[in-house]
Amino acid sequence: MSNRIKLQIARYRPEQESEATFDEYEVPYTKESAVLDGLNYVKDRLDGTLAYRWSCRMGICGSCGMDVNGEPKLTCATFLADYAPGPVRVEPLRNFPVIRDLIVDIDDFMRKLVRVKPWIVREVEKPVADGAYLQTPEQLDEYKQFSMCINCMLCYSACPIYGLDPNFIGPAAIALAQRYNLDNRDEGSAERMRVLSEHDGIWGCTFVGECTTVCPKHVDPAGAIQRYKLTAAVESMKSFFAPRGA
Amino acid sequence: MSRHLEPLLWMLFSAGGVVSGMLMPVLVLLFGLAFPLGWVDAPTYDAIRALLANPLAALVLFALVVLSLFHWAHRFRHTLYDGLQIKHLNEVIAVVSYGVAIVGSGIAAYLLWQLS
Amino acid sequence: MDQPAVSTPYHPRWLRRRVSTYWWLGKPAYLRFILREGSCMFVGWFTLYLLLLLAAVLEGPLAYELFVAWSATPALLALNVVTLAFVIFHAITFFQAAPQAMVVRLGRTRVPPQAVLLGHYAGWIVVSIVVAFFLLGA
Repeated sequence: MSNRIKLQIARYRPEQESEATFDEYEVPYTKESAVLDGLNYVKDRLDGTLAYRWSCRMGICGSCGMDVNGEPKLTCATFLADYAPGPVRVEPLRNFPVIRDLIVDIDDFMRKLVRVKPWIVREVEKPVADGAYLQTPEQLDEYKQFSMCINCMLCYSACPIYGLDPNFIGPAAIALAQRYNLDNRDEGSAERMRVLSEHDGIWGCTFVGECTTVCPKHVDPAGAIQRYKLTAAVESMKSFFAPRGA
Repeated sequence: MSRHLEPLLWMLFSAGGVVSGMLMPVLVLLFGLAFPLGWVDAPTYDAIRALLANPLAALVLFALVVLSLFHWAHRFRHTLYDGLQIKHLNEVIAVVSYGVAIVGSGIAAYLLWQLS
Repeated sequence: MDQPAVSTPYHPRWLRRRVSTYWWLGKPAYLRFILREGSCMFVGWFTLYLLLLLAAVLEGPLAYELFVAWSATPALLALNVVTLAFVIFHAITFFQAAPQAMVVRLGRTRVPPQAVLLGHYAGWIVVSIVVAFFLLGA
């Protein structure tokens, strides 16, 4: 009667085994069913031991990133009907250490995010009584695209450079740094440049471009990185030929 | 000093990419295929000598050689590092690659100077 | 509750999956990337070829003739056919990257990405015609 599809889900039970295995489950689906709905069906009805992250189920919290048939996806925004007749392989996001089943550790990104200071940096804060910082719609457009990032980590999963060298600062961190660098209210570009110009900063990127391809919010981190390379290179030449006082 | 090196090398790589992209296809077509195969007559010795003696042509050719060599060196070094994961030889590969680019630039300068 | 639980970067039980040396065969996009990077070998080869041409011209008319004859040998022709394919591939992929990599402004308006791309192609065509004009008219 209802359609059914097989999910091949990666399992990793650290207390029992040292390698990942696959368990297969058959779930019903309609044309509106997301992969996340399939996982919830497994957890609710078939195997309560399955561990995975999810929250908003509408593509804004960034929690449910996983590899579906080898491609990094938000499982709430990926539909089972598109994979019919199946089977659908669900694995933890590539390039991250796996804690259990489909849950990966993203502390590395959290540390990198803090380093790029993703907030408005001001030398002197304007007192509240003086009113808000003003911004025209054109000034907003300068950075708006990069503000759409939901920290879902699909870009880190798609980036082969990050896979090969986990010290690479990575696409989302650079895109978020740019979101603030290009914000007219911010005065922190110089501080961020110090972090981003390190060897494992922007110069590790070789413009593979997969980060932009997989981003569910169309942030275009690859574009942010290449544009910033030019900015940083020009700054570097300026400071080499006409160094200002440190 | 060294923190200015990577941005400079990237700019040379980018410039080299544009210049080689613009100039090489037509040059490969002519010098690599059309002239050897006789589809069109190759320039006579005197003609090519005169062309190379032209300061503007020599400058363009010099820029093409230097920037293309640095484009190659930068991409080659990064691809060995990422593609083949030869990380332990990273410094050696960098020195060799950019070294070849510098030597090649020197040779180009010498040849074009002699031909002017 | 005393100290909060701290996750360390080197937890022994976390599964760390190694990246294969053949990672670039895993996805068509990765293969295209490596081919694009590999095109630089042909840019390097043709630069060497140009230096050899210059050296031959410097040596004299006979050396130049021998160089053109050498370029007509089957091995060189095959190599240069592949070189032509790769330098064209390089040009196309490099120009394709340009609109994403730079924001061009005329005054306050931003030049649309398609215009940046077409500008590169137009430049490519013009430069090729100019070069051909000088080499064929000679």
